[in-house]
Amino acid sequence: MMTNEIIRVLLADDDKDNRNDFIEAFESLKISTTVETLKNGVQLMKYLNNPSTKLPHLLFLDLNMPKKSGLDCLLEIKQIERLKHLTVVIYSTSSSEKDIEDTFLHGANIYIKKPAHLTVLKKTLLHVLTLNWQYYTSGMNRDNFLFHL
Amino acid sequence: MQAICKRLVQEQLKDCGLNYSLLNTNELDINQVVSEVYLDTLNIALNKLGIEIVASQKSILVQKIKEAIIELVNLEDKLVLSKTSYHLAKTLNHGYRYLSGIFSEVTYTTIENYIILQKVEKAKEMIAACVLTFTEIAWKLNYSSIGHFSMQFKNTTGFTPTLFKRIIVQRRGNVIYNGSK
Repeated sequence: MMTNEIIRVLLADDDKDNRNDFIEAFESLKISTTVETLKNGVQLMKYLNNPSTKLPHLLFLDLNMPKKSGLDCLLEIKQIERLKHLTVVIYSTSSSEKDIEDTFLHGANIYIKKPAHLTVLKKTLLHVLTLNWQYYTSGMNRDNFLFHL
Repeated sequence: MQAICKRLVQEQLKDCGLNYSLLNTNELDINQVVSEVYLDTLNIALNKLGIEIVASQKSILVQKIKEAIIELVNLEDKLVLSKTSYHLAKTLNHGYRYLSGIFSEVTYTTIENYIILQKVEKAKEMIAACVLTFTEIAWKLNYSSIGHFSMQFKNTTGFTPTLFKRIIVQRRGNVIYNGSK
């Protein structure tokens, strides 16, 4: 067991199948996680801005959401004192190189292209968990916490 | 930093009225029987200060391995970097195979991967500092060529060193701008 703490994961994605796959992938990992999902950016910001919400260790953000896009959420999150240190993982279907670079320029830590297969998703999520944990426990510089997986 | 942590822990333990002996900067012996529940409460209080109690022997060893690796990488000594397994075994006084086994069991990754991660982290810092060329960085970190360095950097981070540098420098520009709003 890497840590005694249960890792809180939050996903904002408007696609129900994606949300289900995501939950299933985490359930199969040996690491203790609690996974919550939200359907769009408006719900996400409401949830995060609620002072009684326990902030997630990892926030997965789909870029293409109705009402409020992932990028708009990211921009907002990085402006709010209480939220700007959240680890943000952009979790998206194919984006242009420019869009990907934009997300990093605006503060995203990790970019993942949504994999087609569940086995690949599980492996990628485990990698993300491991990386995030390394940054928290090894005193590594979070300014340089950027990965394009 | 170590001194601050030590003070915080000492204050916390004093508040709890616990009898303890400090072994070194991050190890201590509590000289009385403490229940699991009590230890959990203490851990929660310390977590708020960013400090964690690492109680199992294996976790402790893994922490030591990590610290040793970070120290080795930061030496920027090419000779040391070419024989990390030897130096780790020597520093920690255990066979390398044993260390490897425990490390993988606890962290779900290998010592080799962790060394690469730390070398790449060091490279990131050097790149962000904008002082050395990529060739100089590759040489300092004991890569056989800039090509090999770029490849490992890209395999680990997904970025070429050039793109990483561009993003970091531009991000700094953004942060300064946002901060002044």
